[in-house]
Amino acid sequence: MEAAGESLRDTELRLGLPGTDAPEKPASTVTRGGKRALPEDDEEGYAKSNKSSSEEEQGEGDLCCQEPPAAKAQVVGWPPIRSYRKNSLHARKVEGEAAGLYVKVSMDGAPYLRKIDLKVYKGYKELREALDDMFKCFSLGEFPRKEGCSGSEYAITYEDKDGDLMLVGDVPWEMFISSCRRLRIMKGSEARGLGSRH
Amino acid sequence: MTYFPEEVVEHIVDFLGSHRDRNAVSTVCKAWYQVERLSRRNVFVGNCYAIRPERVMARFPWMKSLGVKGKPHFADFNLVPYDWGGFAQPWIEAAARGCPGLEELRLKRMVVTDDDLELLARSFPSFKSLVLVSCEGFSTDGLAAIATYCRGLRELDLQENEVEDHGRQWLSCFPDSCTSLVSLNFACLKGEINTNALERLVARCPDLRSLKLNRAISVESLNRILARAPHLVDLGTGSMMVNHHTEAYHRLINAFLGCKSLRSLSGFWDASSCCLQAVYPVCVNLTALNLSYAPAIQGDDLIKLICLCFKLQKLWVLDCIGDKGLAAVASTCKDLQELRVFPSDIYGAGTTAVTEEGLVAISSGCSKLNSLLYFCYQMTNTALVTVAKNCPHFTRFRLCILDPGKPDPVTDQPLDEGFGAIVRSCKNLRRLSLSGLLTDKVFLYIGMHAEHLEMLSIAFAGDSDKGMVYVLNGCKNLRKLEIRDCPFGDDALLKDVTKYETMRSLWMSSCDVTLGGCRALAAKMPSLNVEIINESDEADEFQENLSDLHKVEKLYVYRTVARGRTDAPDFVWIL
Repeated sequence: MEAAGESLRDTELRLGLPGTDAPEKPASTVTRGGKRALPEDDEEGYAKSNKSSSEEEQGEGDLCCQEPPAAKAQVVGWPPIRSYRKNSLHARKVEGEAAGLYVKVSMDGAPYLRKIDLKVYKGYKELREALDDMFKCFSLGEFPRKEGCSGSEYAITYEDKDGDLMLVGDVPWEMFISSCRRLRIMKGSEARGLGSRH
Repeated sequence: MTYFPEEVVEHIVDFLGSHRDRNAVSTVCKAWYQVERLSRRNVFVGNCYAIRPERVMARFPWMKSLGVKGKPHFADFNLVPYDWGGFAQPWIEAAARGCPGLEELRLKRMVVTDDDLELLARSFPSFKSLVLVSCEGFSTDGLAAIATYCRGLRELDLQENEVEDHGRQWLSCFPDSCTSLVSLNFACLKGEINTNALERLVARCPDLRSLKLNRAISVESLNRILARAPHLVDLGTGSMMVNHHTEAYHRLINAFLGCKSLRSLSGFWDASSCCLQAVYPVCVNLTALNLSYAPAIQGDDLIKLICLCFKLQKLWVLDCIGDKGLAAVASTCKDLQELRVFPSDIYGAGTTAVTEEGLVAISSGCSKLNSLLYFCYQMTNTALVTVAKNCPHFTRFRLCILDPGKPDPVTDQPLDEGFGAIVRSCKNLRRLSLSGLLTDKVFLYIGMHAEHLEMLSIAFAGDSDKGMVYVLNGCKNLRKLEIRDCPFGDDALLKDVTKYETMRSLWMSSCDVTLGGCRALAAKMPSLNVEIINESDEADEFQENLSDLHKVEKLYVYRTVARGRTDAPDFVWIL
């Protein structure tokens, strides 16, 4: 990994003057790369972000996902973008990093995944409707209308920030949004165990 | 010599619109000067420190429309300290005393306070239009004063200003009797708005044609507004955050279906791809589209949208449109005249950005293109040569390669030849911004071929003083030259000092000019203000203590008939 990191550094695009190695100005606090900052205190991070924003896609899974790379040198006044626009972009970046937003949605048996913005939905009902709509071309049955509805073909589960597979619907919506990392629509026998209410 | 009575001269002069023509007329003789000055209605002052406001008011007492610009362009990029200057106050005060018939005021990059806005609102009974671009220093209280006291206001246009939020009540200050609004743009306001007041205002202004909402305006409110103002021509959508399963979304679809006059769209702050379908019906008539604040709209959904907009003349997007998206623009938007591609990820490596391929595609599809602002991570000479060949009509060409001093990645060469091709091919080029690795050669080309160039922006380029001299010698119509981080020093600065009298201004920062060079310039040219902006610790030292060899961090030189400035802060030295 270290070797890969070093050769990456050679090809790294930097904002410093050509020939300089060390950043001339103190490194920016904004780290680049696809990794969303995992909030230590979810609730606080979420409470601030009642205005939703869409996070810029940062090319997940390539170059820099494994380790947070060195922050780039920031040359004053470069790139030449109006402060208003720069601040606007930066504010949305910060908002976007406060809580989970775009998450992948996979469905067992479907040939491709989808991505949804959790911030757009007001609650579980809307989420289920949206997923229903999105995946109906693949599904044979209906999605569970309420949690724990056994007898349906599918269960909607999610992977939380600890990496555990959880059933959607147990926790309050706000908490769900802040901890959900990806969604998975499970079908058939796998789902049955999760689908029944305890 | 035939004698022309004044009335005839005035009648003829009335046909002249442009400032340049009128300025020329006024220099013919005293009689013509008088006729022209009394009949001038539109006055534009490109640099607020070039002349004292009182002189402008005295010369043009019947002025109806005034435009003033303050800070130098590089202030946009935080290169000019906050309290450098550019105050609107003396202008508004002088106008209040000297030109009470003023109807329109347009200010750019100036400091405007709430007191200024209140004075403005109270001093001009016929005031109709206020346009503030990239200004700061005021709050929503100032807007409240405008709303309250400007009877008959037609236009309030706030473009990218920094406005302090003192509450939502300013909009309610428009009296019930205000029915004259034609254009209202508050997109840059960060705070909440009284939506009830807004909806009622929209409903009672039948002539409203341009409305740009800020991000705080929800889709529900947008729906109600569109229902009351279906005749809008230009719309900034506000948040546009909506889930496509909701009632609100369906109402949005219907609302846009009803907007038959819409030609220009912007905003889309929180719009996601799924709700774009709502605007499909208006796409076919759109001539202007600004998606540069909508990072969530990208990929295939963006392309689908673009493919409907075949009448588009102006497009502003983020670079997440990608080369593929630009190819779609090229094949759809045959009438495109202006394209701006902004970076969406200025802190990162930008794996989803645009490259030279996108620009080449645009150039081959959109032959009417005359204005370009393009941020990218790389550019090649071959691409620029192709672009130059395909699009000879550029009047504005601004290319920003995000990595300063980056060469052509294919050949490892500087981009001299590429930009050279641009200036050779585009005979009407008025504005040019350079980037990438560049030697003195590119400036030789510019000096030789860019005859009509008026504004040139240079960063991290050149090898020696020769570069700057080529430009100053060659570009006869140069008005504004701004340079940062280039190896140009005193020799270049002092080569032809009279040149600066023919220009509006020169900016040089992080170059090699010294205090001695600047002092020499100031001594030779009393018609110029030579400003040193010194923000470092040495600013505490008196100017006399610094040797002539001291490198000047920021230099701003401009012609003026008003010697010096009375409002310069401590760190600005006017030599």
